[in-house]
Amino acid sequence: MASFWSYWIIILTTVTIVGISWVLFANRKREQQPTDKTTGHEYDGIEELDNPLPAWWFYMFVISIVWGVGYLIVYPGMGNFAGAIGWTQVGQYEKEVAAADEKYREMRDRYLALPVEEIAGDPAVRKMGMRLFANNCSQCHGADAGGAYGFPNLSDDDWLYGGDPATIKATLQNGRQAAMPAWGSIIGDKGVADVVQYVLSLNGRDTDAGQVAAGETVFKTYCVACHGPDGHGNTAFGAPNLTNGIWLYGGSKEQLTQTIRAGRNGVMPAFKDSLSEDKIHILTAYVYGLSRK
Amino acid sequence: MSELNSALEHPTYNYKVVRQFTVMTVVWGIVGMLVGVLIAAQLAWPALNFDLPWLSFGRLRPLHTNAVIFAFGGCALFATSYYVVQRTCQVRLISDKLAAITFWGWQLVILSAAITLPLGITSGKEYAELQWPIDILITVVWVLYAIVFFGTIAKRKTGHIYVANWFYGAFIIAVAVLHIINSLAMPVAMDSFQAYSVYAGTVDAMVQWWYGHNAVGFFLTAGFLGMMYYFVPKQAERPVYSYRLSIVHFWALVAVYIWAGPHHLHYTALPDWAQSLGMVMSLILLAPSWGGMINGMMTLSGAWHKLRTDPILRFLVVSLSFYGMSTFEGPMMAIKTVNSLSHYTDWTIGHVHSGALGWVAMISIGAMYHLIPILFGRERMYSIELIYTHFWMSTIGTVLYITSMWVNGILQGLMWRAYNQDGTLTYSFVESVAASHPGYIVRVAGGAIFFFGMLVMAYNLYMTSRKDVELQAAPAVASAA
Repeated sequence: MASFWSYWIIILTTVTIVGISWVLFANRKREQQPTDKTTGHEYDGIEELDNPLPAWWFYMFVISIVWGVGYLIVYPGMGNFAGAIGWTQVGQYEKEVAAADEKYREMRDRYLALPVEEIAGDPAVRKMGMRLFANNCSQCHGADAGGAYGFPNLSDDDWLYGGDPATIKATLQNGRQAAMPAWGSIIGDKGVADVVQYVLSLNGRDTDAGQVAAGETVFKTYCVACHGPDGHGNTAFGAPNLTNGIWLYGGSKEQLTQTIRAGRNGVMPAFKDSLSEDKIHILTAYVYGLSRK
Repeated sequence: MSELNSALEHPTYNYKVVRQFTVMTVVWGIVGMLVGVLIAAQLAWPALNFDLPWLSFGRLRPLHTNAVIFAFGGCALFATSYYVVQRTCQVRLISDKLAAITFWGWQLVILSAAITLPLGITSGKEYAELQWPIDILITVVWVLYAIVFFGTIAKRKTGHIYVANWFYGAFIIAVAVLHIINSLAMPVAMDSFQAYSVYAGTVDAMVQWWYGHNAVGFFLTAGFLGMMYYFVPKQAERPVYSYRLSIVHFWALVAVYIWAGPHHLHYTALPDWAQSLGMVMSLILLAPSWGGMINGMMTLSGAWHKLRTDPILRFLVVSLSFYGMSTFEGPMMAIKTVNSLSHYTDWTIGHVHSGALGWVAMISIGAMYHLIPILFGRERMYSIELIYTHFWMSTIGTVLYITSMWVNGILQGLMWRAYNQDGTLTYSFVESVAASHPGYIVRVAGGAIFFFGMLVMAYNLYMTSRKDVELQAAPAVASAA
């Protein structure tokens, strides 16, 4: 803060505190007994007594002002003056985090040294993982990790990017950006309808044979690059398997049509800046363990 | 109505505008509190959103706050300030025409709010949600209000200016400054309601809470203290306890309140120095706030027995008790350590409502019960018994509301910070929501009781206004006490 503004704040604060103190002391009356004497003013029948300020109230006011001045000496407040003890909210936060780090370091280092597969079944790890999951993951993936529309189920054995510990950890740390392009303007309404029929046929559902044949041609031209020739998907891009009846955005004909025509964008946020390494390690073990009960 | 109005004209004073604002106080009180009960019920039973955008919590919540603060509270302040300034200055308002424009202008503001807010047209600034065209209308009405009020004071026949008018005056000036500075915005286009605040980031947040807290300090405190300073001594028929106290607490209140806003932004991106100043001034504010409570309470010295027989005085005195309680609670919540527990919890909502229901609404209701018979040329309200009923409904409703929110707030604050031995959080957020459910139901009950009390008042007002209806016999003295 520029020193002009610092002085501005100091002066305004001082004027306010000195001003109210002056009003308080200037209107104090030595005589402490309540009286029946009025000020002589009268408004619509209302009179005003010339009673003193109640003593307890007067002292309460004085004490609060004295305390306020004291606080502004000890803590930051007067512009750029940092306060006698140098307190900052960031400092307080860092101190509390450091204390927690110190307290949990031993446990943290113990788990970090062990591979995910080994600790996934540890009841203490599962309990910690469950609390971490509840506070950081359940908002999208559900308290039971069962997923929701647009958010994958983490408790089954189907993985968009892979379910080995290293991949789960990478997903947690760096997040994922999934992009299914919009094909409506490229393959047209008929193309979309045909591909839907083809994708349904991959799942053994009722289809129109003519459309399936046309759809297969479109699929082999446009979709194959990510979803593979047999529609099994590719974990390198997070392209889902289209043959197992698991649908992130719904498997009805209408929902598939929407997905293909308009595309989808999935976002898994990166947690490496908000969760420490050991917490991600424990969460990895928890998520890994969910599908291997 | 015109026949009725002309029959009720006071030879000296303009009672017509006071009567209009008084009736609308009751009307908007009912509307605003009904919306409040609905959104409280939505928090307990979310299905009550009915999946309709304009009935959703996010749109109705600002409608509720605007309706109770600016429609209900605003009309009560207009009504009483116009009445008090005339009675205590012993002159008629300087212009009946300007006064009428402020009435119809203010109703237009309220109507615009009632249409735009459910449509989702909002600036997103709490208690300042209305968009720029309405902001301009508010400014115009407010300036006219200031002209009428201060013009009348300038013409007064009394030597001094009565203390109630100091508070009304401070409220009018401060609200003008706050409203204009916080609402400064650049419209996207002249045919668009949308506008962008001229402030950015932390400065925007600070200006907003400088406004927000002083909406409490000047609109909901100074204005209603003006009301208190007239109606309490008038109803108690006793002199004001201490002129000195009124001088000290008036100047200290207006000087210190304006600093208190930063306590809404503890432990945020707001610089430490601003947070500290906000906290220090909030604590110093305790004594000036209590000055008003003491002066009101002590005015009853020698008249305490009247509480047994006068339900209107009960409204006024109980409102002062809630005022004292919430102005103690406020400074405590402004302490950083307490705030780290209470912030973002239902405790804040409870605190606001101990002020809004207990203080603002109850003092207004008391003042309205004092005013209505005078304005309609009756000896007293149609039914004294129903005022007792309303008093108990208001008191019980307020107590249920604030106690349920205290319990919920402390519960949420403690659940959010609870740690396990392994360093993980004990609860997830949704568990604190589930635990709050019983409190939300109690809140609906409290709010509904308060709301139904307003319906009792409306009936009493209607019956009092009808010349052809005999007043009910006053109850035997001790029976209702």
